[in-house]
Amino acid sequence: MFKSLAPPEYLATIDREKCIRCKRCIQNCGWGVYAWGGDKVLIDTFKCVKCLRCYHYCPEEAIEIKDNPTKFKQNAYWSFNNIRNIKKQAETGGIPLTGMGSDMPYPILFDNLLIDACQVTNPSIDPLREPMELRTYLGKKPSNVKVEKTKDGKLKLSEPMPPQIKLDLPIIFSPMSYGSISLNAQKVLAQAAKASGIVMNTGEGGLHEDLFPYRSNIIVQVASGRFGVNPEYLNAGVAVEIKIGQGAKPGIGGHLPGEKIPLEVARTRMIPVGTDAISPAPQHDIYSIEDLRQLIYAIKETTNYKPVSVKIAAVHNVAAIASGVVRAGADIVYIDGFRGGTGAAPSIIRDHLGIPIEHALAAVDDRLRQEGIRNEASIIAAGGIRSSADVAKAIALGADAVGIGTAALITMGCTTCGKCYTGNCSWGITTQRPELTARLDPEVYAERLTNLIRAWSHELKEILGALGINSIESLRGNRERLRGVGLDSFTLDILGVKPAGR
Amino acid sequence: MNHNFQKDISGCGLTGLISRKRHRISGSDIVKSLCLMTDRGNGLGAGYAAYGIYPDFKDFYAFHIMYDEPAVRRTVEEYLKSSYHIEKIEEIPTKAVKAIPISPMLIRYFVSPLKEKLAGDQQETDFVVNTVMKVNSEIDGAYIFSSGKNMGAFKGVGNPSEIAEFFKIDEYEGYIWTAHTRFPTNTPGWWGGAHPFTLLDWSIVHNGEISSYGINKRYLEMYGYKLTLLTDTEVAAYLLDLLIRRHGLSIPVACLALAAPFWKNIDQRDPEEKEVLTALRQTYGSALLNGPFSILFGHSNGLVGINDRIKLRPLVAAIKDDVTYMASEESAIRAICPQPEKVWAPRAGEPVIVNLD
Repeated sequence: MFKSLAPPEYLATIDREKCIRCKRCIQNCGWGVYAWGGDKVLIDTFKCVKCLRCYHYCPEEAIEIKDNPTKFKQNAYWSFNNIRNIKKQAETGGIPLTGMGSDMPYPILFDNLLIDACQVTNPSIDPLREPMELRTYLGKKPSNVKVEKTKDGKLKLSEPMPPQIKLDLPIIFSPMSYGSISLNAQKVLAQAAKASGIVMNTGEGGLHEDLFPYRSNIIVQVASGRFGVNPEYLNAGVAVEIKIGQGAKPGIGGHLPGEKIPLEVARTRMIPVGTDAISPAPQHDIYSIEDLRQLIYAIKETTNYKPVSVKIAAVHNVAAIASGVVRAGADIVYIDGFRGGTGAAPSIIRDHLGIPIEHALAAVDDRLRQEGIRNEASIIAAGGIRSSADVAKAIALGADAVGIGTAALITMGCTTCGKCYTGNCSWGITTQRPELTARLDPEVYAERLTNLIRAWSHELKEILGALGINSIESLRGNRERLRGVGLDSFTLDILGVKPAGR
Repeated sequence: MNHNFQKDISGCGLTGLISRKRHRISGSDIVKSLCLMTDRGNGLGAGYAAYGIYPDFKDFYAFHIMYDEPAVRRTVEEYLKSSYHIEKIEEIPTKAVKAIPISPMLIRYFVSPLKEKLAGDQQETDFVVNTVMKVNSEIDGAYIFSSGKNMGAFKGVGNPSEIAEFFKIDEYEGYIWTAHTRFPTNTPGWWGGAHPFTLLDWSIVHNGEISSYGINKRYLEMYGYKLTLLTDTEVAAYLLDLLIRRHGLSIPVACLALAAPFWKNIDQRDPEEKEVLTALRQTYGSALLNGPFSILFGHSNGLVGINDRIKLRPLVAAIKDDVTYMASEESAIRAICPQPEKVWAPRAGEPVIVNLD
């Protein structure tokens, strides 16, 4: 066979002196890098993705995964990936795929924003001694509350509040469908959501019956393929999300290959086993904002008016789009920045379409305020949230809550290798191969994910305490407590943030 | 957007009193009380507000306006004449004080909006607020620092005794008084930046730093308020105006929104109250005043004192006969009321609400 001229990215190596030939690497690698050669382990390094499963499970620490030193001649303009993709495309005529969020070196605005702290004129607050509140409610809020007094002098609401989703802290798990990730991975999300008092999102893959016990911590999603959607599904969670777009692949649909559709996935998605599950690029009943309004209200009618979230990708005109979405009746606008993850996307799309969440979020929050409708919907910001600092910065820019996907997967073993689309995930996350998914014990990893959320909640409380505020709503949209470093005046203007030193 | 501002930061002392039976009390009392707290100010701002001082003009809005130069006065007066009936124009009486060599031109107007200028079912109060917003944000060198009926604010750059002497505070008699001395840490002091801050009948004196200022400001801007002073006090005044006058909340309910109880306390209430308190926090999260503060706010029917949710600034209250006193320090109360019947420190976030009989 013609040997590919695209060199391998990584060199998997085994120290033959240390190797005890236990074959654990062969067993653990989902990519088929290792094979038994009779007296030693053979290596096909072309298949290696540097997911490090073998490294972690080698009892002798005999394995090393190196970046391939034999790359093309260094060139500041023609990157390794440029040349490699051209060679691959020349060989196949196809579109190189990728997973995860974009790893291109665009500026990262979160890393150019710094948070304020108190000194003298206002005291900082110690979260270990004083109450510190992170509770967040998602949903439409009225502009004012009407309160009356009962005969016995007690207060009573004159008009009921619209339905709200209660979160113990302003974080949700971003949509990741059963099919793109394993059922065990979804169980991890569901269990951790329940333990943390937050919610997960089914993504467009239906709701497996094993997740029914977690329905009060689940948002169900309706997307262009309408997989698994029926009235029971729509009513199964606390809210329904209409997915218009995804930050990693704005304007692009989805394609789950038949190989990833075994019986259980097929049942949950309500499609035949082994058929490709294709989510069209647009929703073919939504070609306009008025069509979206009709779907929003069709869903509200079906669910006795549960909150409806609309997920859109951060694109150039996102502020006007979000305004339209809110006016169309959405209770939540979920904005996904271009760094957002994906199970599979053409790399050319992932790396070159959309805008960062920081710009998009600031623009949307500003626009909704200018139009006097900020209270009509909550904003969820997602697409590249890496730490509690990113959470705090996103909330200060104007988000009610953030969505995390990649960070949650990292607690399950993910190393962001970016090969989710292959279905070979050695960590049992983005695969349906039973021998791989069995590795992901939901109880064990749910505890890890819950730990992460708890750790971030402690960090958020420390940040609030340093800011001298004891409730998350006093940080929300409070851009006065952010400063930009190394940002040009246009960017500062878009973010509504002063430069450091002012 | 409107983010490139420099916020004003200051520490302060405040004091206030109210006679429930509307006995008009001389300004000399409040001056004495305020002047005791010398540590709490640095001479860069002091002010007084009084209710019941204009009984002869009680049906007219009393605009106190400061002008940097005469030309601006003409512009503003032309604008006022086009929209208001002007009952009287006069200089605010002042006395030359050695420590205050320069002051802006200070004029007061007793006015009422021309009926034909009110659009449709527009409230008179909304019309007046629009005027105040317009003059203060659009006309350079003019500043309306008082706009209520039968009440007025008097303030400037100087220490409490100098400002009192300058404005002849002891010659006024009112049934509600509030007063304030400033300790600004970053501004040279501008006459308009002193407290009390007023809008319509609201007058606010405030000690503290609102750490939630950024979102409070943006929230108010959504409802058309223009924040020109960049002080925490301005935010508090406008929030009260929005919640009480425009949204129709009672004063106790508005206090529940501005210094909201903690969730752990809300969750323990009975279901109906829990529902109300939850709805208030959900709806008015951006109006929550967070950070250290004690505030006195006067209005045409009473006086309210309130602290932040964990009481990071002092507030003491006392009662003697029909008079309630509130101040940053107990000594400031005892200076004018040596033997009160009751003295107490209001709990964090729990307002002291006193209404006129």
